[in-house]
Amino acid sequence: MSLLSPHRRRLGPGRPIPLGAALGPVLLLAIWSVASALGWLDPRTLSAPWTVVTTTGDLIADGRLQDNLAISSQRAGLGLLFGVAIGTVLALISGLSRWGEAILDGPIQIKRAIPSLALIPLLILWLGIGEGMKVTTITLGVFVPVYIHTHNGLRGIDSRYVELGESLRLRTGTFLRRIVLPGALPGFLLGLRFAVVNAWLALVVVEQINSTSGIGYMMELAREYGQTDIIVVGLVLYGVLGLLSDGAVRLVQRRALTWRRTLAD
Amino acid sequence: MAAHAGGLKADAEDGPDMAAHAGGLMTDPAVRVEGLSRGFGARTVLDDLDLTIGQGEFVALLGRSGSGKSTLLRALAGLDRDVTGSGAVRVPRSLSVVFQDARLLPWQRVLTNVVLGLRGADAALRGRAALAEVGLEGREQAWPNELSGGEQQRVALARSLVSEPQLLLADEPFGALDALTRIRMHGLLRELCARHRPAVLLVTHDVDEAVTLADRVLVLDDGRIAIDQRIDRGQSATAHRESLLAALGVAA
Repeated sequence: MSLLSPHRRRLGPGRPIPLGAALGPVLLLAIWSVASALGWLDPRTLSAPWTVVTTTGDLIADGRLQDNLAISSQRAGLGLLFGVAIGTVLALISGLSRWGEAILDGPIQIKRAIPSLALIPLLILWLGIGEGMKVTTITLGVFVPVYIHTHNGLRGIDSRYVELGESLRLRTGTFLRRIVLPGALPGFLLGLRFAVVNAWLALVVVEQINSTSGIGYMMELAREYGQTDIIVVGLVLYGVLGLLSDGAVRLVQRRALTWRRTLAD
Repeated sequence: MAAHAGGLKADAEDGPDMAAHAGGLMTDPAVRVEGLSRGFGARTVLDDLDLTIGQGEFVALLGRSGSGKSTLLRALAGLDRDVTGSGAVRVPRSLSVVFQDARLLPWQRVLTNVVLGLRGADAALRGRAALAEVGLEGREQAWPNELSGGEQQRVALARSLVSEPQLLLADEPFGALDALTRIRMHGLLRELCARHRPAVLLVTHDVDEAVTLADRVLVLDDGRIAIDQRIDRGQSATAHRESLLAALGVAA
């Protein structure tokens, strides 16, 4: 007769790996380095990692990187600001009133189905090719996820809490401040995570069309001269910016939602 | 139903707003219900029901499930806007409701939950005092999720009594608690009611709970009050218990 082990077979994915999130990117970088070092990768196809690093140094030394990054960040930041404000206000109107929902929700769902890229010809005709057009395009890409998730969060607030508010005779202001807004916050923050990534994605699109500044323009120029290293610098920059801004929102999320004791996050 | 700004309008017809002139003399009853009928579609739940609850009187309401106990309580609380019906309901303007679930806002800390309905600068102070009364001193800054079921219901009790209501409506407040916690909560509720003297309507399905806590036990049947029994502390609890169980159709 054999003794039964008291441990049951584990069905979940198991213990988290320390620094697990970094493992995939590091592996990718290692393969890229080895392939470049052994000459498997033609530098015209893809520059070696160290070339990218030295190019980054050169770009910083002559100020091109900072200047382009500054103008790109300004565009993304402004678009994000307007988009988040518009998305939040629309979600509140549509989430708190049946009339608001009837009028607003349909058009926004239609907008959601149209890619920002497809709107650019029209926006150029209306707004020209200046900053206004660029910021508008980013705003249009940003407000939709903020609206969708905030609206969803508002609609998802348990009706029992509304009843509680009624039984305590809360004034509308208190009801909004204590029940509606905090209840919709998880949805809003999820929308914000999509929004920051969308801001950078929309930036790529607007800066590679009719632009004379920004990271996208720098990459577009590099394509004309066949400078793969600069293109890779731009790509890495976009990736890092996206990751950093998503990480920032997640940090806010963790701070703001400490009351939620969920498994993930 | 979801969050809705329009949802805060008071029921103009027979809601608690009528009650403004009910407060007068202490000899006036706290609750007076006349000819109350309520129905869901074709089904009549409350049928021409009359009820009077005196100031500071503790009334327990028993009844089989589906007998309309909660419907009556919600009618008194003014929370039955979407229900068809008629009749006159006079309740004090200051009333509180305790629900079966503690119904704490998970995103607000315990103290904020307690003072949710309070206005004025001394709200926090009163909230702290109310929490101390239910034995949760020091847990003001905890999240509701960090509390046990019994503690959450104690916070709900503190929230309902912090406004010093003239009427406390409790809808099976201890239904979801384990037996030991429930006994402890009975003691607490009795103590709190003795101190604050609100009129109480406690909806319950537990005969023992009703007999232990109440001055008067009502049994709701067929949409009307079938039994209205005063609990005589001189008499043994078992005698009350048996006659009530018999009325509910359970052989004791």
